[in-house]
Amino acid sequence: MSGGGPLQRRVGESAPGMDPSRKRAIRLTVALTAALLLAAALVYVSFSAGNKEVTASQLLTHGRPGQTYELAGTVVDGSVERQGATMLFRIRDPKLHVSVPVRYTGVVPDPFAAGRAVMVAVREQGAAYIGQQNSLTTKCPSKYQAAAASE
Amino acid sequence: MATVGRALLIMALGVTVYGIGASLYGARRGRRAWIDSGRRAVYALGALATLAFAILEAAFLRSDFSFNVVAQHSSTTTPTFYKLAAAWSSQEGSLLLWVFLLSVWSSLILFLTRRRVREIAPYATAVLLGFGAFFTSLAVFFANPFATSAQPPTEGAGLDPLLLHPSMMIHPPMLYSGYTLLTIPFAFAVGALVTGRLGAEWISMTRRFALAAWLFLGVGILLGARWSYTELGWGGYWAWDPVENAALMPWLCITAFIHSIMIQEKRGMLKVWNASLVLASGTLSILGTFLVRSGILDSIHAFGASTLGIPFVLLIAAMVIGSIGLILWRREQLRSDARLESLLSREAVFLFQNLVLVAMVAVVFWITFFPLISEALTGTKVSVGPPAFRPFIVPLALILVLLSGVGPIIAWRRVTAANLRRSFAVPVCVGAATLVVLLVWPGGPAARPFALIMFALAGFVLATVVQELWRGTAARRAMTHDPVPLALVGLVRRNRRRYGGYIVHAGLAVLLVGVAASSSFQHSQDVLLSPGQRASVDGYTIRYVRPTEAVSSQKISFGAVLDVSKGGKHVTTVHTIRNFYPSQNPADGLIGKFFDSADSDSQVGLDAGLRRDIWTVINVDPSHLAPLINQGDTLFANYAPSVMTQAAKMPPARAQQAMNALWAERDLAVAEIARRFVSHPWPTEFLLIVDPLVTWIWLGALIIGGGGLIALWPVPSLARRRAAVRKRARPSASPGLPVREPA
Repeated sequence: MSGGGPLQRRVGESAPGMDPSRKRAIRLTVALTAALLLAAALVYVSFSAGNKEVTASQLLTHGRPGQTYELAGTVVDGSVERQGATMLFRIRDPKLHVSVPVRYTGVVPDPFAAGRAVMVAVREQGAAYIGQQNSLTTKCPSKYQAAAASE
Repeated sequence: MATVGRALLIMALGVTVYGIGASLYGARRGRRAWIDSGRRAVYALGALATLAFAILEAAFLRSDFSFNVVAQHSSTTTPTFYKLAAAWSSQEGSLLLWVFLLSVWSSLILFLTRRRVREIAPYATAVLLGFGAFFTSLAVFFANPFATSAQPPTEGAGLDPLLLHPSMMIHPPMLYSGYTLLTIPFAFAVGALVTGRLGAEWISMTRRFALAAWLFLGVGILLGARWSYTELGWGGYWAWDPVENAALMPWLCITAFIHSIMIQEKRGMLKVWNASLVLASGTLSILGTFLVRSGILDSIHAFGASTLGIPFVLLIAAMVIGSIGLILWRREQLRSDARLESLLSREAVFLFQNLVLVAMVAVVFWITFFPLISEALTGTKVSVGPPAFRPFIVPLALILVLLSGVGPIIAWRRVTAANLRRSFAVPVCVGAATLVVLLVWPGGPAARPFALIMFALAGFVLATVVQELWRGTAARRAMTHDPVPLALVGLVRRNRRRYGGYIVHAGLAVLLVGVAASSSFQHSQDVLLSPGQRASVDGYTIRYVRPTEAVSSQKISFGAVLDVSKGGKHVTTVHTIRNFYPSQNPADGLIGKFFDSADSDSQVGLDAGLRRDIWTVINVDPSHLAPLINQGDTLFANYAPSVMTQAAKMPPARAQQAMNALWAERDLAVAEIARRFVSHPWPTEFLLIVDPLVTWIWLGALIIGGGGLIALWPVPSLARRRAAVRKRARPSASPGLPVREPA
């Protein structure tokens, strides 16, 4: 502490005689603990809140009724059908040409169309997979060419 | 011209390889001529890349469909402005844009530093040319923008209609400018670490480029958000998409660097930290490009699988290993000159703010890459959507806003009780008053604690900025006796970096208020309405007044006029449209191709205001017209081939007439079918949203941009400032002009 009376003591200044290396060690321990806590929380949230990302063929072979999956694939040409506010379409595995039917209600982004790559959170119910409301996402339009060329 | 373009790219690759060799040889042997030659190789790369890019742009402008990229991404009907911009909507064109921007910025920095940082510059030149060589190689060997077709089509596929939006066309060059500018501090940091010249000079050389990268990336991110809000038809502006995150990570990292270099400049501290931030920002900029280009993350935004993944992984691995190696090698020289004296000081606040920003980068990185991480660890890809970001990003953003208010007013080294009272009394009172008012406000945001805290903190930050500007202006007035506006301008001009930064903080507070309000208090309805029917959203009654349709050579537009009222009083009228563009799908018939929803986009009906936005979008289902479309397709399928066969036997002028008559009949049929939407309207789906304070986001962005420009604007050199003062002090030679008293 610098000299002078208590009125001149700086705010946040440590007690006199505090070993600087000890002070640094305390700060480092606090910082590392915070980083560890953040990392642990991240790992926990990621594994507990995540949905398994699957293709149509994986969904058919490993999917369990009642569990939610993140279905990724391509919208099958000619499969899009509207029934009021509900939309029916099929998503296929880009590699194996296996497809599953999806029944979806909610916001449909503009880029959604047959032949384009999409992702939607689905749950098996009867013969179809029910898309979670507002979970449908599509690829950026500037990327279609490369995606189409690769498939 | 395609051959010339490809030749230019190959020459550019040769120049980069030569320049790397010349720079490194010159640096190792101390040969000035070789170093200069290496620098000139960067200028040559700039010239070659500019020429190559100009050739590609010219091909787009004249619709030269022998170029594959032009045939795939443009058409004769694409408006000229979008033809120019279509170049970077393709993988190949965007890689060429990368090389072009990189070479321009590299040439600029090396020209500006040609007589400075002489030891560091050759290594920085080699690194910059290394990036140039990498991206030129991709364009030469993997994604050639000058690939041609022996039998070019007569018409191109056209630009995706969703990209026909002004902000979307400026957004990619802005992001790419940000990414390429980030390689400059990276290159100079590598140079400084290699040579051991780790003083503040390399930082002061590249600080402006880091700031420019921050500004360009920020503008790019916000233009993307604006495009998403007004064009994509889902009602949001941020989706935590991997490509959005790819731009956000380096932006957060360079934001941390812009703040922490002040500590190195003032106190000689945080040298390891600053070098690490610069190297991390550069690596994240390449990672961002990699995410877009490689398709490694099979989600929302990224490219489909491409061949570019492995080269990018190798480059990123080299950057990470090299960066860590260099820092470990120079760790002794990177020791701080001073120690943190108190946790209540400006240095400590900047350090906390840096830690928060880096924590944000870590969160975004982890969640974005979690599908890959989980697949590597468990064999199963696990996706975590936007909800996973919120528990981390929201509290971190709150701390960040708090620190952005504390940082400018807390003292360096150590704070005193007097300093605390003097600097914090008014802002804390304003923040507390905001909190109390919002808590007692009937129907206010008390139910949403995070939003409530954000509003109070924003009040605190705005008060700190106003207080600092006011105090500075008052002090200046005491010296110059200028009126308030003139004193304020003079104050900001004298210290652009400081006050530009304060304005950025104010803009950030405004922007985050908009984000907090619009994400916490949005009301939306997905409804099916017939003309005359109404729906209610957040107290507003929205009535579907009438359907509209318009047919042009480029598109069919189905729309709806919606009347918005509240409490029986008319508020506004909005018009939302769904445009259908002629499809390129060969499965579609001659009539059906005009009604294919795969090639459609939304025009949002928007009434934006300072208090709230009324956002509407129509989703027309053309399948109601299917019987008529099928009938038309059948008719034309029988009729058109016979007309075409007869036309083929006619002289060209008559053949053209016959074909024109056929297309006129087709257009008539299309217009008649489209008119059914107005004459026999069917129930149509609408997404109706009432969202508070969205305009604050764009307003905050403008303030941030303005503050960034002020901070970026070059300060006149001391010599020039002194000369100006002397000139002002001299009596005027012109009679009648006022003579200014020397200060």
